[in-house]
Amino acid sequence: MKKEEILYKYEKRKDNVLYILHEFQDLNPYNYVTDDDMQLIADYIGIPYSKVYGTASFYSMISEKPRGKHIIRLCDSPPCHLMGSIDILDVIKEELKIEVGETTPDMIFTLEKTACLGVCGVAPVMMIDDEVYGNLTPKKVRKILTEYKEGTK
Amino acid sequence: MSEKIKLKIDGYEVEVEKGATILEAAKKAGVNIPTLCYHEDLDPSAACGICVVEFENKGGYQRSCCTPAEEGMEVITNSKTLRKRRKMIVELTLSNHHVDCPSCAADGKCELQELANHFGVETEAMPSVLEDKEKDKSSVAIERDPEKCILCGRCVEVCENIQTVNAIEITDRGFEANIDTPFGYGIGESPCINCGQCIVYCPTGALKEVDHLEKVWDAILDENKHVVVQEAPAIRATLGEEFGMEIGNVTVGKMYAALKRIGFDAIFDTNFSADLTIMEEGTEVVGRIKEGKDLPVITSCSPGWIKFMEEYYPELAKNVSTAKSPQQMMGVLTKTYYAEKEGLDPKDIVSVSIMPCTAKKFEAQRPEMSDSGYQDVDYVLTTREFVRMIKEARLDFKNLEPQEPYHALADYTGAATIFGATGGVMEAAIRSAYYLLTDEDMDSLDVTPVRGMEGVKEAELEIAGSKLKVAVAHGLGNARKILDKVKKQLEENGESEYAFVEIMACPGGCVGGGGQPYHSSIAMRARRGEGLYKEDSELPERASHHNQAILNLYEDFLGEPGSEKAHHLLHTNYFKRSVLTGKSIAKATGAHEKHLEKAAE
Repeated sequence: MKKEEILYKYEKRKDNVLYILHEFQDLNPYNYVTDDDMQLIADYIGIPYSKVYGTASFYSMISEKPRGKHIIRLCDSPPCHLMGSIDILDVIKEELKIEVGETTPDMIFTLEKTACLGVCGVAPVMMIDDEVYGNLTPKKVRKILTEYKEGTK
Repeated sequence: MSEKIKLKIDGYEVEVEKGATILEAAKKAGVNIPTLCYHEDLDPSAACGICVVEFENKGGYQRSCCTPAEEGMEVITNSKTLRKRRKMIVELTLSNHHVDCPSCAADGKCELQELANHFGVETEAMPSVLEDKEKDKSSVAIERDPEKCILCGRCVEVCENIQTVNAIEITDRGFEANIDTPFGYGIGESPCINCGQCIVYCPTGALKEVDHLEKVWDAILDENKHVVVQEAPAIRATLGEEFGMEIGNVTVGKMYAALKRIGFDAIFDTNFSADLTIMEEGTEVVGRIKEGKDLPVITSCSPGWIKFMEEYYPELAKNVSTAKSPQQMMGVLTKTYYAEKEGLDPKDIVSVSIMPCTAKKFEAQRPEMSDSGYQDVDYVLTTREFVRMIKEARLDFKNLEPQEPYHALADYTGAATIFGATGGVMEAAIRSAYYLLTDEDMDSLDVTPVRGMEGVKEAELEIAGSKLKVAVAHGLGNARKILDKVKKQLEENGESEYAFVEIMACPGGCVGGGGQPYHSSIAMRARRGEGLYKEDSELPERASHHNQAILNLYEDFLGEPGSEKAHHLLHTNYFKRSVLTGKSIAKATGAHEKHLEKAAE
């Protein structure tokens, strides 16, 4: 879908900025919104560039930098900490050779931390794209990552 | 009559209007509750929490800046818990602040410093969590140091809601939260119009002007340079404040004396070129009214307004007077007329201006401002920089014996003095336009409807049998109201109800400029303006066309107002600029060039 088509779906109202940002981000192969995207939205809605930029930068689900094909979001809340999320984090970092906030050089994975995902019953938890994975162990994490790497997921 | 309510502040009963905040009620009860993010001129952001209060017989804490006072409320402004909380807020703020007081531009004016001092807070009470952050030095006028920013949001509030420029916004969140320009391109690559209101409202030294002070000292102390200086109308209305004098005290002789002692070779006065601006602009206004061409004429002396117009209203560029601002008129005369008269090589002249304005730094560096063959104004100092200069020279400003300037480029009338206050340029122009149209002076030179702090002012005048409607706006949010109206009228009817419009970028006019002392409130600006009107009323001549030095200048050098030479030196053109980066994209007018071409034929 073209960007203009996305814009025209929405009324020119400030509260639509976030929805359009999400759609633009999903359209981008590198999972981010470009400066041009944000300018397009501002011009369409009729609000200052500073407003769209401020909004996009405020929400952690929106990125202004290129990201990998898959976004790993590891839960950083206390229940997951108690259930060993730090060990899980170490495994992911070791497997992908990146730090939190970074993207693998092949642009496949970006590693992020997130606030509570709401499934504390199966802590520690991570999300990859829209999929939630619970009861994580180092072994399970390695297996999941391999599946993504091989493209079977 | 609005409804009144009664409440108690620390046991003292006080009556306030319904809708007043606890903070305002406390002020009436003689308590200035400490604040940090709050400013009386701006909507409260309630970001810092330092103004918390407690309530008798009722639990909980509220921020007094944004909580309305209620009937029967019993407020406690000081308690063991409140002291502890306030101290902690200051400690936490300091832990993420570059404590750099001795070399900070806001030293002695910093609200964080003052609170820390009043509360007896130790600088390192909390371990520092400050990370290295790069200064934004991309602008020629304004510099930002994020390490000193406490994220109170005042700068954003004034930029967005008072000035409607939207050059900055709070971005990211949590520890990463920052104040930034769109897409992080930097102030110099943003729609920033350099008005500097963010600076005067900043509680710390996170924002300041780009410093020209060192360069000016170097020039003064260089024997081979002939350093001249001009001072804007509005700076003499604030200088005294910085040396313990009353607000609104206008200090002309002492200002000249300080400049002489500092070592400037010749002292001019921007008031002189303000009179000259009126002669050029007044002639243009009268000519355009007679022809009925491109009305309304809009004033051109506020460089913040000019950049704003170039970004947001380029279609009105043809309406803006082609007359340069007083600063630039003086600059070009310095390196032409003065150089010739004194037998100086213009390349040895360093031309300095002292301005209440940060946008003047940008204006001086506009490429078209070099009609003398050199950059007409080399360095621009703000009032704050000049105050630092006087302090460094250790001058006892308050007790200096008044001195005389270089009269041929310094004598001025009351019309020039009031340039520094909102409505002043309009009033000065009316005084001379009336004379140009009728050959006689107005019965009373006071045009009171255009004076005062109301955001948009209008007046209807009767000159030579015809009615003229004029409007004055200060603060760019107010300017939009008039400009949108003018735009609509021009689009719909091909003409506007106004003949002449004055716009000043800063609320209050230049007395409230971005180069004026930190924390100048609207109330202070009003008093400074009154000081200028008082000086005007006391001067022997109060209309620009009676300035003998100006008449001499026309006779000796320029010919007559609006002459080819005057046009070449004293007029300019405007551009269309990007709303994203503020950079010029295309020419918006060629009015001044067309005039020159016509003259050449």
